[in-house]
Amino acid sequence: HMCMYVCGTASEFDRDSAFHFLFPPWQCSRKNRVPTLFSSTFSSLSPNQQPFQLSHGTTTLGFIFQDGVIAAADTRASCKGLICCPISQKIMPIHSHLVVNTSGSSADCMLWEWILTHEMRLYQLRHRKRLSVNGAAKLLSTMLHPFKDQNTKNVLSTFGGRSGPRVCYVCSDGLQLKGEIISVGSGSPYAYAVLDDGWRWGMTVDEAVALAREAVFRATHWDAYSGNNVDLFHITAHGWRRRDREDLKEEYYRERERKSKKIKEREKERQKREGDELGEGDIYSVHCG
Amino acid sequence: MEYLIGIQGPDFVLVAADNVAASSIIQMKHDYDKMFKLSEKILLLCVGEAGDTVQFAEYIQKNVQLYKMRNGYELSPAAAANFTRKNLADYLRSRTPYHVNLLLAGYDETDGPGLYYMDYLSALAKAPFAAHGYGAFLTLSILDRYYRPDLTREEAVDLLKKCLEELNKRFIMNLPSFTVRLIDKDGIHDMEKLPVAPGG
Repeated sequence: HMCMYVCGTASEFDRDSAFHFLFPPWQCSRKNRVPTLFSSTFSSLSPNQQPFQLSHGTTTLGFIFQDGVIAAADTRASCKGLICCPISQKIMPIHSHLVVNTSGSSADCMLWEWILTHEMRLYQLRHRKRLSVNGAAKLLSTMLHPFKDQNTKNVLSTFGGRSGPRVCYVCSDGLQLKGEIISVGSGSPYAYAVLDDGWRWGMTVDEAVALAREAVFRATHWDAYSGNNVDLFHITAHGWRRRDREDLKEEYYRERERKSKKIKEREKERQKREGDELGEGDIYSVHCG
Repeated sequence: MEYLIGIQGPDFVLVAADNVAASSIIQMKHDYDKMFKLSEKILLLCVGEAGDTVQFAEYIQKNVQLYKMRNGYELSPAAAANFTRKNLADYLRSRTPYHVNLLLAGYDETDGPGLYYMDYLSALAKAPFAAHGYGAFLTLSILDRYYRPDLTREEAVDLLKKCLEELNKRFIMNLPSFTVRLIDKDGIHDMEKLPVAPGG
């Protein structure tokens, strides 16, 4: 896993930091857990004492809106500096109305998706009804609990019969959240920025798809560990539908073209305006408005 | 970065918790409820390590409810607090300790209101006011200064508002809103979320 430093280095938060005297020393039963300024919130997983850890090389997101759920992810699987696979699939359908995006080690993700799929199918066969998304999230959370140090994160996106569109975040350290917009991975802050700006409950499907695409695109631009293509799933009451995989490289060039076209247009308009102003004899008689 | 506070009055307990659920530098949720209802008149406020909080709090919650089902009457707040402490202490020296800090607030018919402070080493103390988190460093002296055992409900809410103002002013993290609840002989009452959005 790749870890990023953004503010300061690990040494600012080590034992000699000013805040250390405030806390009673405690025995860390999990190894590598060192009391630092942020240690009460961060899970014990960071192997180096970093200010924060965004080590999952992916951008994956899910959000709900009036017409269902959108789940989107990039397709780059990276291993430190190498792109292991530029066309991996990070969104896995579990059943016709439930889709899971994962971040973390690919092997762990595949395993948990597989286990979740067959546990849910077993539940359905035993109890003659499908497990709700809350139930699926709880099930996954309980199954992940013994593997707390594994550092996998999952987003479950579903459209349930009674519950409507739901998106749920399950982390291997036990955090479980239901929300409207969830994004995980190293590219998630960039995606959040775009999603928070453009999300409205009343979006149309096209707007939602465009928003999800844009969010993943921006994240893949800034984040080195996300990229290649974008996968998009739209889940409604009728089940999930998958949009064709799209290569973001083309999008980048298209956007550059759009921008340069726009600059040219603005330049033309500005020149036209100036030309009009000069054309008028007496500038004081120009009517502005 | 989480914050819990409790203030006990002569016949009520006022508790508040922040609403942020964070994962490293991202606020994933702005309306997360950190209070767990153990019974009609007991609330457990739980913060700490990510998965441990919900796991431990739900475990205590279900056990308290099981007691009621088996015996026909509810555990008192003192009993619930001691039960929680015993569980936390038992897990402390196992291979899976729970790293959680708790406030337990309740109202008992015979003993009246009670606020119990418990930390991750399972130290239990009944206190007139208590706070958890980094915010506690900033607010305990305010509570010290203005607390009186005979506070009215309005005065307790004002005291709480003073504490939250101080947090807004001096605490490095942005904690935009807090869930506030009051427990008295009539049960648990939800109060208006603080801080109140500026009217303009």
